[in-house]
Amino acid sequence: MSATAEERPAGAGGLLGARLWRSGAGRPPLLATAICLLMVVAALGGGAIAPYVPDEADFTAILVPPAWAEGGSLAHLLGTDQLGRDMLSRLIAGARISLLTAGAAVLAGGTIGVTLGLAAGYLGGVVEAVIMRIVDAFLALPFILMALAFVAALGTGVGNIILVMVLTNWARYARLVRSEVVSIKKRDFVLLARVAGLRPRQIALRHILPNALTSILVLAVLDVGRAIILESSLSFLGVGIQPPDVSWGLALAEGRTYMTVAWWLTVWPGLAIVLAVMSFNALGDWMKAGFDPRGRL
Amino acid sequence: MTLPNEPLLVVRGLNIEFGPPERPVRAVADADLTLAPGEILGIAGESGSGKTTLCSAIMRTLPRSARVSGRVEFAGKELLSLSEREMARLRGRDLSMVLQNPMTSLDPLYTIGNQLEEVLRERRRGGAEVRPGGAVEVLRRVHLTAPELRVRQYPHQLSGGMRQRVLVGMATAAAPRLLIADEPTTALDASIQDEILILFRELRDTAGSAVVIVTHDLSAIRRLSDRVIIMYAGRIVEEGPTAEVFRAPRHPYTRALLGSLPRIEDEEVVLQPIPGQVPDLARLPPGCAFAARCPVALDACRTERPQESTVGERHRVFCWQAAAGGAA
Repeated sequence: MSATAEERPAGAGGLLGARLWRSGAGRPPLLATAICLLMVVAALGGGAIAPYVPDEADFTAILVPPAWAEGGSLAHLLGTDQLGRDMLSRLIAGARISLLTAGAAVLAGGTIGVTLGLAAGYLGGVVEAVIMRIVDAFLALPFILMALAFVAALGTGVGNIILVMVLTNWARYARLVRSEVVSIKKRDFVLLARVAGLRPRQIALRHILPNALTSILVLAVLDVGRAIILESSLSFLGVGIQPPDVSWGLALAEGRTYMTVAWWLTVWPGLAIVLAVMSFNALGDWMKAGFDPRGRL
Repeated sequence: MTLPNEPLLVVRGLNIEFGPPERPVRAVADADLTLAPGEILGIAGESGSGKTTLCSAIMRTLPRSARVSGRVEFAGKELLSLSEREMARLRGRDLSMVLQNPMTSLDPLYTIGNQLEEVLRERRRGGAEVRPGGAVEVLRRVHLTAPELRVRQYPHQLSGGMRQRVLVGMATAAAPRLLIADEPTTALDASIQDEILILFRELRDTAGSAVVIVTHDLSAIRRLSDRVIIMYAGRIVEEGPTAEVFRAPRHPYTRALLGSLPRIEDEEVVLQPIPGQVPDLARLPPGCAFAARCPVALDACRTERPQESTVGERHRVFCWQAAAGGAA
């Protein structure tokens, strides 16, 4: 049994975490990870950790500056907006919307893209040609323009925003997965699976897809950052999240009018967007360095 | 079941071409071979002589770009015309293969036990007669030490020899009627090559499987196989009982191949390479492909392709010289 005990740490070699740890990608970006986690906590905690209801107006405390500024109060740490709503509570609520839309878009777009990419790469032939031409078409359009066009056609609202985001991101997964599958397909263990008599579907799902998973994961994390920007942009332009829902992009747009008298209305949501996007990108880049040292992504 | 004396595998007029149809590369040309149940056949030849391509054609794992013609009959079934689904049902169960490179042939994400169980599950599902026991028993049969530990390990934790044992175990889990081993020992240390080869003979003796072993290691063929096929530039040049071919090779290429094995004479290692180069498969001469390197070539050898001539019981050779009795 002593031999078993010794083998166990190395036995975790197939797990993502252990592989990443051994990968030589260096230390994980602690600050970025902390910010990402903070955002997840804010999104999940929502109302439970927010000091106020985010869209509750309080006309006795309009445009209160942050606590440390002159005229600020400890009751509103980051100040209040033009309707007396607590900025911190609104940021927390915005985190929820941002992560919800980004997460749903990445999950749905990823699933569609991975499925189509796997089919294209594994089946080849006409299936591949058709799928990849559609992918090329989607990737050729500037995504913000495409998003605006879809919103114009579909209308606003959280569900439609997610749909638009899926329409603009699935193609990238399809292209990545197809190229991964084409190269994994040529590896010896796939040939072994064939000569061992496994059925094509088993080979694709049990041997090819899991070996492409690390690359998909990296793209998904990087994509969260991209999705947050897209949602904020659409909301800022007024075609994304609509009041009374709260979004960082929307808050930025509303605060613009008061920029000269109340800087905190624009600085906090802007800072939140920048930090969130940078953090997800840093996390993704770190994972990429570990999983994809040749930089194919 | 196949009747005794009825061949298990019959290959007739097999041609495999790659590349553009106007300028094809013929990897295998006019291959004929017959294999009886329980027989061990060795296929030898230099790299690029078509050995591996021939096996891939039997397993139907050639790339889609390959153009294949001819017949491959396995236990009365014509394999080349089977659908991929029907072929998948045969593979692993009746028809199995050990690949060349054990280092890369296991999926790095799963434990050995996991991968073995997957194959066993597939066998049982197909209603195959699975040899008793689970993954541990499979590993025990191929004499892997500490099988209980190995099933929990990942491929990267095993040495090449251990992995090759796993692969042999996997290929033989369902006691296949035909096992094809493509250079099963090439990637291994010389010291463990024999141990792997012994496994194939054990499989024949315990399960009655026929084995095709492809290698450029002539000594392995000599020790293991009943019959041997020598290939050169995509063609079979000589075929016969192993003992006879090694004792009295009839084709000049076979003789050169046997002569090129390192020998020790007066405490010195003698190396005798075959002069010249393997011809380009896309530009083969009209006559015998070996003529340019052959020490005893006749005029006919350069212009006309040699016909098959029988030179002993089940011993045939494709050579004008041998046919004329000159080189014998």
